[in-house]
Amino acid sequence: MIFLKLIVTNLRRHRIRSFISIAGIAFSVAAMLTVVTILQGAIGMFSGILSSDSEIIVFERNVSDLFFSNVPAAAVEEISSWPMVLHADPVLFGVVSSAGHPIITCFGVTAADARIRKATWLAGDRLNFAQHTDDVVLGERAAEFLEATLGSHVPIGHATFHVIGILKTANGFEDGGVFMPLGSAQSFFHKEGSSSVITIKLRNKEEAAAFKSLVKAKYANLIALEDSEFTRSYSQFKILKATAWAVGGCGLLLGGLGVANTMIMSVFTRIREIAILRVNGFSKPQIAGMIFGESAIVSVFGALAGLSVGTCFLYALKLIPALHGYIDVAIEPAILFIVILLALLTGVAGALYPAIYAMRIRAVEALRFE
Amino acid sequence: MTLSTVKASNNGRIVIRAEDVWKSYDEGTIAVLKGVDFEAAEGQTVALCGPSGCGKSTLLHLFGGLDEPDRGRISVNNSEVNRHRNLLRLLRHEVGFVFQLHNLIPDLTLAENCFIPTVAAGINRRTAQARLQQLTDRTGLSHRLDHRIQKLSGGERQRTALCRALMNRPKILLADEPTGSLDEQTSAAVFQLLLDVVATEGVTLVMATHDRGLAERCDRVLEMHDGRIHEPVSA
Repeated sequence: MIFLKLIVTNLRRHRIRSFISIAGIAFSVAAMLTVVTILQGAIGMFSGILSSDSEIIVFERNVSDLFFSNVPAAAVEEISSWPMVLHADPVLFGVVSSAGHPIITCFGVTAADARIRKATWLAGDRLNFAQHTDDVVLGERAAEFLEATLGSHVPIGHATFHVIGILKTANGFEDGGVFMPLGSAQSFFHKEGSSSVITIKLRNKEEAAAFKSLVKAKYANLIALEDSEFTRSYSQFKILKATAWAVGGCGLLLGGLGVANTMIMSVFTRIREIAILRVNGFSKPQIAGMIFGESAIVSVFGALAGLSVGTCFLYALKLIPALHGYIDVAIEPAILFIVILLALLTGVAGALYPAIYAMRIRAVEALRFE
Repeated sequence: MTLSTVKASNNGRIVIRAEDVWKSYDEGTIAVLKGVDFEAAEGQTVALCGPSGCGKSTLLHLFGGLDEPDRGRISVNNSEVNRHRNLLRLLRHEVGFVFQLHNLIPDLTLAENCFIPTVAAGINRRTAQARLQQLTDRTGLSHRLDHRIQKLSGGERQRTALCRALMNRPKILLADEPTGSLDEQTSAAVFQLLLDVVATEGVTLVMATHDRGLAERCDRVLEMHDGRIHEPVSA
């Protein structure tokens, strides 16, 4: 109890300094949580596009990005005919720009695609989809930023399209995208006769392994992965995750430097007090424990404050209309655990030098100048 | 009479012994102790007198293991000091320090300050509480246990420092000008209390002081100058 009081006393003695230190960790944790959660959410949404009413995705082997994947129409046709397949939907991904909107995601899909079938149509009739080559359906948010309504013509890339429907989906990417008939998308993106992926719905999920083996045997150039496998192995996702953790880690490192600075000041301003403790029998590990304890308290309070601030910030972002559907505030327990652990480790690392310094204080020198 | 070795004058067991102890600072340019020999017996009160800088405090620090001699040997209870294995045991159980400035932690209460040595030594709270009660009863501080140090008078602070030094029942009390920061009246009262407590506890007291009046109330008075203990003024 006295030991704990010795730790807390110093934090209370320099409240502003302790507050700044806790705030440093808190903002670092909030930054890490925000960046990681937003990117995890983005990955989840992109995975959601692929796994819409399907459990397997087929794409070109060894491509780094699905935008560069080419799956021939013949493969779509044959795979659709396999008895284990309930439906196989080819999807062509493309990115275009229009005035004021540098990135618009385009989805080339068939009328039977789940995205068309299962979405909530706010305007238009899904039965009209793919009747004409210049028809497009817009996601709700795309309609907003393109200022388009049912029947209007919108410039997208190098062409102008007729809006025959506006639909709403729960997925931010889809909601901000443009749905084209597959054939139109193939012409528009100069990928005649191919799609980026095929999303597969099996009659029986347990046949997934057999399906993957069959694809491997028949198409040396293609690969079939279950949705969870794809999310784990897709290189773009890996890069995004690594970037998120690296950016968050840099934030935490800055917070750790703040803790180190605070702890160094803490030790320097009570050299005499540490000397007194040594004279009264405190061992070097006990002195170090006091310094680490102090930094651990700063880290724990910082982490808790950071989690609160980060969560509030994510909810605030979610309320911004332009980001609607892009931010998922589902904070995974694993992420929480890792963030708290990293905050604690940062605190401990920040206290390492001050603790070593404190252990090396020679009582006799500190007390000589009374 | 100049003595190369100052022997304990009674027949008690020797608890502190210094043999040909040398100590200098600033890479040997300032020689403070030049071959000091010293002995103190169990329960004795010994005053070290001498001008500032003569090495009184240095000698006390060496006895307590806070510093190492350049040469020579210091042993406490037949165990050589400055062997790292012994050092913590020495500070926790064998010696207690009282300094000129009380050196208490201002944010803690009187009781919490006194518990510090017991926390260091891992003594359980109940035992520590009983010991604190015993010492504060003797020193007249039992009504001040929960008071912060800032609220205590100079004399009370020094008495608190005395209690803290004796919490783990050390056999030796090393006091460096223990009443140096107090007025004459308080100084006399605190010093009498110090003598009473060490007598009751059977503790050996080695005290550095400028105050010859106080020194002469000890069993032995030793004069230090020029880095040596020169003569026993009283025995």
